[in-house]
Amino acid sequence: MTGAHAKLPKARHPVSFFVPCLVDAFHPGVAAGVVTVFKRLGIPLDCPPGQTCCGQPAYNSGYRRQARRAAQHFVRVFENADAVVCPSGSCVQMVRHHYRLLFADSPSWLARSRRLAERTFELSEYLVDILGVKALGARCTLRLTYLDSCHLLYGLGISRQPRQLIDHVRGTVRVEMRDSQRCCGFGGAFAVRYPEISSAMLADKLDNIAATGAEAVVGCDIGCLMHIAGMARRRGLALHVLHIAQLLAARGRGDLIHG
Amino acid sequence: MAEVRRRYRTIGDPVLQGALANLQHRLGPAAAAAYQALPEGPALRQRAHAIRAKAIADLDVLLAELADRITRRGGHVFFAADAAEAVAYCLETARRHRVKLAVKGKSMVTEEIGLNAALTAAGIETVETDLGEYIVQLAGEHPSHIIAPAIHKTRAEIGRLFAAKLNIPLTDDPPTLTRAARRALRKKFLTADMGITGVNLACAATGHIALLSNEGNIRMATTLPRVHVAFMGMERIAAQLTDHDILLRLLARGAAAQKMAGYISYIGGPRQPGHTDGPESFHLVIVDNGRSRILADRTFREILYCIRCAACLNVCPVYAKIGGHAYGSAYSGPLGAVLTPLMKGIRRASDLCLGESLCGACRAACPVDIDIPRMLLALRSCLAEGDRYWQIRPLNPLAGRLCDIWSWIVSDRRRYDAALACARFCQLLLPRKNGMLHRLPPPFSGWTSSRDLEPLARRPFLRRCSRQPRRHREAPESGADRNRS
Repeated sequence: MTGAHAKLPKARHPVSFFVPCLVDAFHPGVAAGVVTVFKRLGIPLDCPPGQTCCGQPAYNSGYRRQARRAAQHFVRVFENADAVVCPSGSCVQMVRHHYRLLFADSPSWLARSRRLAERTFELSEYLVDILGVKALGARCTLRLTYLDSCHLLYGLGISRQPRQLIDHVRGTVRVEMRDSQRCCGFGGAFAVRYPEISSAMLADKLDNIAATGAEAVVGCDIGCLMHIAGMARRRGLALHVLHIAQLLAARGRGDLIHG
Repeated sequence: MAEVRRRYRTIGDPVLQGALANLQHRLGPAAAAAYQALPEGPALRQRAHAIRAKAIADLDVLLAELADRITRRGGHVFFAADAAEAVAYCLETARRHRVKLAVKGKSMVTEEIGLNAALTAAGIETVETDLGEYIVQLAGEHPSHIIAPAIHKTRAEIGRLFAAKLNIPLTDDPPTLTRAARRALRKKFLTADMGITGVNLACAATGHIALLSNEGNIRMATTLPRVHVAFMGMERIAAQLTDHDILLRLLARGAAAQKMAGYISYIGGPRQPGHTDGPESFHLVIVDNGRSRILADRTFREILYCIRCAACLNVCPVYAKIGGHAYGSAYSGPLGAVLTPLMKGIRRASDLCLGESLCGACRAACPVDIDIPRMLLALRSCLAEGDRYWQIRPLNPLAGRLCDIWSWIVSDRRRYDAALACARFCQLLLPRKNGMLHRLPPPFSGWTSSRDLEPLARRPFLRRCSRQPRRHREAPESGADRNRS
C-alpha cells in the first residue's frame, strides 16, 4: 500500500470520482458531499458518467464470470484516471484486492486492473494519507460515534484516518462505541439470506451505539449505514446515520440532519 | 426452513449469547494484544504462515521421516485413508490389548472420525479427561468450541449434571465441581488400559508428537495406561523444533492469549529401556479423511495450515450468534466454514459457505495468517458456477441466469439507468412507513424481516453528471439527496 502511495504526486491533480452503486442509487447526497469536499480543496473532480458497479455483489456471491464482466467495464471507464477516489472501503477493497484474483487467468486484464488498483483510494485514506489534509473546514455540533466498517478496517487497514477527519470537524464530540470493529451483519446478500443471524448482529451494534449516548453514527460505507439505519428506523430510534462525506461537507447541523 | 430455525435457536437463548459474548470479549482482544507483545512483533504470524506453507508443500517427506523415526523407537504408525480405517485400527488395537477402559485427551480429529461412539459400541468404556470435554460427554453432547468445548453450558447446568451423574451434592461452585471431576477422573486414569490423544503438532526432524494442555490430563493419559494411541490429521506436522518454537508460541497466544500452554508433552514412541514411565505400546494414527483431496487443490490447500487454536472462533461475529453446534461438524467457526464443506461436501454444507458476512476478522486473528475470507469466496464460486474437481453442479442455475442479466446491465450505463428507472417504478408498488420501504417481496424479504429500506432516490447521482457537456462533466454539488421519489 505504501508503495502505491509513494508513486502519487502530492500536487492537486484531477481526481476521478468512483461513485459506489448504492450511493448513486440510494444516497446521491453522499456523492454531493464528496463533491463539496473536493471543491473546497480546489481539486477538480471528474465524474465519469459511464460508471456503474465494480462487480462486488456478483463476486461475493461466487459469480466470478459475471463479476469479471462488471470489473472489465469498471477498468475501461477508469483506467486513464490519475487517481480514483471512492467513498466506500468495500468497493476499494474489491478493486485493490479482489480484481487480481478475478483476473488471475488473464495477464492483460491483470496488468490493467493492477495499474488501476494502485491509483484507487478510499476517501478518508486519500484525504489524510495522500493529500495530508485533516481539517476541511466542516462544522457541526453533534455528539457522534464512528463505525468501523469491516472491509475498510480489515481489508484496507483504515481506522485512524476517518477518526482524524471527524475530530477536525468543529463542534463534534466523538465517543467510541464498544466493539466498533465488530461486523454489523450487513455482508450484502448475507443480510437477506440469513436474516436471523444478520439481525442479531445488527441488534448488538445498535445496542452498542445507543450505549454511547451519541446522536449520530458516522461511517465510511453506505451499505453498513443503510443496514443500521434500516433497523434504527424500524425501531423508531432518533439516531442519525451519516456517511463521513456528509459530515465533512457540513457547514452546520442543518446541512445534514435530514432524518 | 424449520431446519434453519432449529439450527439458529442459539440466537434466542440469552444465557448462551452472554456466554459466547463473554468468551469473545475475554479472548479476542487479548490474543490481538498477545501478538503485538511478541518479541518478534506481530509479523511473526506471516513467518509462521510461510513455515506452514513449506511443511504442507513437503508433507509426504515430513510424514515419512516422522513415521520412520517413531517406528525405529518401537512405535507403530498407521496411515488411515478415512475415518473408518482410523476407527477400525483403534478398535483392533484395543482388542489386541484387551482394553476395557480408555481415557482420552482432548482431540478434534477423534471427534471428526466419531471414535467415541465406535469404542462405546465395542464395549470399551471411553472417558474424556479434559474438563470441558468431560462435561460435554456426561451430558451426551458434542463440543461447541475447539478449545472451550462446554462453552454452551452454564455453571448451574453443570452443577445439575454432576449431581445426577457423579452423585455429589448440588452446587454451582466451579472449584467444587472441578474437584469432583478430578476425583472421578483420577480413578479412571489409574485403571485405564489405553490412553487416546490427538496431536497438536508433530516434528519430523526428531520424530515426536507434541501435545499441549493446561490441565495436566494429557500427561496422565499418555503415561499411565499400557497403550497410547495418538491420532493426528495428516497436516499437523512441522519440519523441525525451531518451527515448533514459533508455531506453539503462536498457538498458545491465538487459543487463550497465553505465552505458553501449562504443559507440553513430546512423545516419540513407547517406553524406552531405562524410562520410568510411558506406555508399553505406542501407536500413531495419521488420518487423511479427505485432506489429500484438499492438498491437491491449490485454492484450498491453505486451510491445511490451520493449527486449530480457535482464535477465529473467538472473534467471529457469526459464531458468536449461532454457536458451535450450528456448524454440524467437529470444526466450527470460520475454520469450520471452510473445512467442513471440503470434507463433507460443498453443496451439503452450502449454508456454511454462504452464511458468513465476510468481515475478515478471522484472518486478522489467525496466528498463521490464513486467508479464510478468500477461501469462503472460492467456495461460493464453486457453488455458483459448479466445479469439476469437487464434482458439484451449480447450486442455483436460475440465480446464475439472473446474474448474467445483471452483468449485461452493468456493462452499459444506459441499460443501467433503464434498470434503475424500472426498479424505481416497481418500488411505487411496495408498502411504505415513514418514508421507508417496509416490506420487500421474495427473494429480498429477509431484509425487511427486521429492517426497513430506504427507497431508491428519484434520480441517481450519475444521471446529474451525464446531463452536463462532457468537457465540463464535473460532478454537481447541489441538490443533495432530499429528492426522493
